[in-house]
Formats: sequence, C-alpha cells, structure tokens
Amino acid sequence: MGQITLQGVQKSFGPVHIIKGADLEIADGSFVVFVGPSGCGKTTLLRLIAGLEDVSGGKILIDGKNVVDTPPAKRGLSMVFQSYALYPHMSVRGNIGFGLKMAGLPKDEINRKVEAAAATLNLTPYLDRKPRELSGGQRQRVAIGRAIVREPKAFLFDEPLSNLDAALRVQMRIEVTRLQKQLGTTAIYVTHDQVEAMTMADKIVVLNGGKIEQYGSPLELYERPANLFVAGFIGSPKMNFVTGEPALQKGAATIGVRPEHLKIERDGGGGWQGTIAVAEHLGSDTFLYVDAGALGMLTARYIGELSLHGGDRVSLMPDPARIHRFDESGNALRG
Amino acid sequence: MARMATTRRVMISTAAAWLFGFLIFFPILWMGLASFKTELEAFAIPPSFLFFHWTTENYATVQERSDYLHHAMNSIIIAGGSTLIALLIAIPAAWSMAFSPTKRTKDILLWMLSTKMMPPVGVLVPIYLIYKSLGLLDSRIGLVFILCLGNLPIVIWMLFTYFKEIPRDILEAARMDGATIGRELVYVLTPMAIPGLASTLLLNLILAWNEAFWTLNLSTSSAAPLTTFIASYSSPEGLFWAKLSAASTLAIAPILVLGWFSQKQLVRGLTFGAVK
Ligand SMILES: Nc1ncnc2c1ncn2[C@@H]1O[C@H](COP(=O)(O)OP(=O)(O)OP(=O)(O)O)[C@@H](O)[C@H]1O
Ligand SMILES: [Mg+2]
Repeated sequence: MGQITLQGVQKSFGPVHIIKGADLEIADGSFVVFVGPSGCGKTTLLRLIAGLEDVSGGKILIDGKNVVDTPPAKRGLSMVFQSYALYPHMSVRGNIGFGLKMAGLPKDEINRKVEAAAATLNLTPYLDRKPRELSGGQRQRVAIGRAIVREPKAFLFDEPLSNLDAALRVQMRIEVTRLQKQLGTTAIYVTHDQVEAMTMADKIVVLNGGKIEQYGSPLELYERPANLFVAGFIGSPKMNFVTGEPALQKGAATIGVRPEHLKIERDGGGGWQGTIAVAEHLGSDTFLYVDAGALGMLTARYIGELSLHGGDRVSLMPDPARIHRFDESGNALRG
Repeated sequence: MARMATTRRVMISTAAAWLFGFLIFFPILWMGLASFKTELEAFAIPPSFLFFHWTTENYATVQERSDYLHHAMNSIIIAGGSTLIALLIAIPAAWSMAFSPTKRTKDILLWMLSTKMMPPVGVLVPIYLIYKSLGLLDSRIGLVFILCLGNLPIVIWMLFTYFKEIPRDILEAARMDGATIGRELVYVLTPMAIPGLASTLLLNLILAWNEAFWTLNLSTSSAAPLTTFIASYSSPEGLFWAKLSAASTLAIAPILVLGWFSQKQLVRGLTFGAVK
C-alpha cells in the first residue's frame, strides 16, 4: 500500500513562502510526476513528503496516517537523488544492501534480496565494484536498486535522469516506467522536462511558484489545460497565444492554439497570414516559425515534410475544435 | 609547432621544479653533510662538498652529552598528546559547524583563526607566570596543553573544510535508508571523513613537533623535547656547527620519515581540501 495525501501543506524558509498550500491525492500504485520551472518548489515538496524537511503547516498522510512528525526512515519511503548519493566507500552490494542492514535483516536474506535487485537492474557483474568504477548510467541503476530493494510504500525520484546523456535518458525513462509498473509501487517523480512528464506519468502535477496549477493525466493537461501557465508549459513546441481581435471574436481575452492544430496553407487561403521567418525540416516533422504581423510570432507544426522555406508567405488556419480560450486572469473558459 | 612548444614548456617547468626543490632541500642536505664533518671542516672556507673526512663522532658526542632518546620521547608525547586532544575537541566542534551551521558559524570560525594572528610573544609573560604558579613549567602536561590550544584553531578549520566537502545528499540517503545518527556516524560519515582526519592529524603532528617558541620558553630539561635539544648546541660557549647539525638531523629524522611515507595525505592537508 502506498497512498499519499497532502492537505494544505505549506513550507517557508524564514520569511519566504516556498510551498503555499498544496492539496493532493496520490492513489496507490500510481506514477505521479511533479513538473514545473526551476525554483518552483518541486524538490522542496518531494523532500517534505520524504521527511527530509519539516512542514510549516498542513498534513501529509501516508495510508491515512499523518506522518508530519515521523522521521524519514520510519515513513517507509525510499528516495533516488539527482546526484545518486551513493556511499563512495561501499561496493555496489554494500550500497544496495545498506537499508536492509540498517533494518537488521539477517545476512543471507540481505544477500538474496540484493542479488535479486541487481539481476533486475542488470547490475550483477558490478556487485563488487565501488561507485567510482561505474558509469553514470550504472550508478543511476545502483541508486534505483537501493530504492527498490527495501520494498517501500513509495519511491521518490528527484530528477534522477538529468545527469545522463540524451540516449541513455530515454532508455532509463522506459526502464524506470517498466520497473514501476512491474512492482506496482507508488512513485513520485520530479522533473523539469515535460517530455519525461508526459511519457512517464499516470498523473502530472504542474507546479508554479509554489502552487499546484493543475493535477491530471497527461492527456487531460494537453487537451484541457486549466490556465495559461499549464497551456504554455505542457506541449512542445509551446502553444501559440493570440490576444486582441481574434480572441475577442471568440469571447476570450486570450486564445491558444497548439502548433500541431494550425493548418498550413500557401498564401491566399483564409486564416492568419504571415511570412515564414525560419523553417525547420526534421524529415518526420516540419516546424515553421511564422511572423504574423500584429498577431506576433506563431509556430506551426506539420507532420511530414513540407517544402516551404524562409520568406515564403503562408496562411495558418486554426482548427476551431482545438482552440483554447482564457479569460483576463488567465483561467480557461469552458463551453 | 604547438606540440614542440608544449614539450619545451614541460621541460622548462620540470627543470624549474627540480631547481626549486633542490633549493628548498639544500639546507637540509647541507646540515646532513655537516653532521658528518669535523668541527674544523664544518666551517672551512671554501666549504668542501663531498670530499672531506667522513666521521660519525659528532653523533657519538651528541648522544653522550645529552640523552637523545629522552628528548625524542618528550617530543613524541608532546606532539602526539596535543594532536590527539586537539582532535578530540575539534571533531565535534567542526562537525556541528559543518552540518548544522547557524548565522554565527562563519564569525566564530574567523574569530578562531584570528587568534592565530596574534604574536605568541605577546602573551609569553602572562602564560609564563600562570604556568609558574600552577607548577606547570618544564612539565609535559603543560606543553601538551599549550600546543593543543595553539593549534586548535587550525585543526578546527581544516576539519571544518573537510566535513563541508561531504555531500549532504549522502547523509540524507543514509537517513532515508533508516540509519540512526549513531549508525550514520559509524557507517557513513567516519569512513568518508578518514582521509581528512588523517591529513589533519599528520599536519598537526608536524606543526607540534617543530613548535619551538613555547617548548623553548616553557621547558628546560625534564620535559624538554627535541627543539630544546637542538637549541642546547648553540650555547654561549660558542657554536658547534657539526654537533648542532648532528643534533638537528637526529631531531628532524623521525618527522622526515613520517612525512615521506604520508606525502599524499600531507599534500591534501596542505591544500586545505581545495584540490580534489
Ligand atoms: N534550504 C533552503 N533555504 C532557503 N530557501 C530554499 C531552501 N531550499 C530551497 N529554497 C528555495 O525554495 C525555492 C524552491 O526550491 P526547489 O529546490 O524546491 O526548486 P525546484 O523546483 O526543485 O527547482 P529545480 O528545477 O531548479 O531543481 C527556490 O527559490 C529556493 O531558492
Ligand atoms: Mg530541484
């Protein structure tokens, strides 16, 4: 079991409020990703749940029990740090088994569990090496091994993949997701990479300035962003925002259209007229950055190759069913 | 071109390093050589470098006139004792400053270091009088105490810098792994701190071994360490270069050997943890 509930959780460092009242229900076995810009309080929120930081207000419930006064070790959670935080003087075996040793398990049981965890993570050949004799990806796997071997109620990950190169990051992303599904353990995963968030999460928490902006499944966030911030943060390339006349026509202060929901036509069609400033041809996609005069710069995405180039005139036609409307304060308008 | 320039640069800097190394080592070499000369040859002009009449009579005289082992024992007790006590006080102090710093931590550290800027001779008279009335003059305990206090600020500073280097994440990982403070100390912190502790210990041993101001002023015979033993050969009756050299060679030999075998730790210690 690993159901985690936050009720009005607050945190200040001295006079500065970092977390301004977070409410959250994390279902047992789900994979929840905290995402948001740098400094928004993702790490702080994770450390509050871990118990490495004391809350300034509110409650944290794990399986219905308030744990705000429970020390980290007794919360039954395990954490994977961005820096891996392996014990440099211990072998891989020692690192993975340390938690079990502290729990007072008999030696042969520790060995059995460590070897099982190592086998799952393809670490068996490295069991007797020291962390400094491992590559970044292997170290990362040791850190994950250390977390899974204790069979915790939940895993806490703080940007665990950010020190890896791009290819390895994709591979580890898949491995972590697969492992979590296989073990069925609740996971909270912090990242500022929204692709990671979209691909790994069952549910995403979008944080901004210490506040939860929206909590929902990746597709909910993509299709029905609650406000301008979420709309701009989720999705790549970023959603286009248009104010002024076109927005007023729709009864909104701002309207948003994702680049993939703009139909690209050669000059002369209806829609928004503009000149291509830059065209990026990736083969699989074509990205156009269009200077649309009073509407500002618009980004359009075409699946496949489109032979348009810088300087060409185009007209962009927003898909009417895919237009997001926002009021003056930035909240989404529905209906 | 570029390659040639670099090889040439490497050659020049290697030569310069050897030259400086030799310049720094030369006085010690000269002292070693002088200890094997007769008193006459020791200050002959022009000096003879290797081609003189080698003799060990100085060492025999020195051992006969003053008991080397007695002084060496005192040095070991005073340097070792003051270092151990300083570490016992400094470890918890540096520990708490590194791991739970407060607003005043930096000020306290600076204040500690500032005590090292005062010339010791400024407090010689009061300390001497206090020692005299406490009956600590020419006692090992008295010397252990003063050297320990004298080096404590440096020991605390060094340990503080080492402890600061231990990543907090690792301590937090241990806490998440369920280690109590005591076990965190035994299984995680101490093993990681050992290199720092070792270099601090070595450097402090050397500082205490070589300390001459307090040992010369506060001891005469029964507690006198090797510094006093050396000084006794520059006496009002005249300077005995060869014997002085023999005494000095004997005095620095143990610490030279120790230093040789712990070079790596020492370099780390001297750079105060700045270079990893
Ligand atoms: N111990 C602390 N004392 C004071 N302020 C802190 C402390 N820890 C974090 N903060 C502040 O809290 C805010 C949130 O920090 P946090 O580390 O949670 O951000 P983050 O969302 O994880 O950012 P990043 O993506 O860069 O890791 C930052 O403005 C930071 O300066
Ligand atoms: Mg962070």
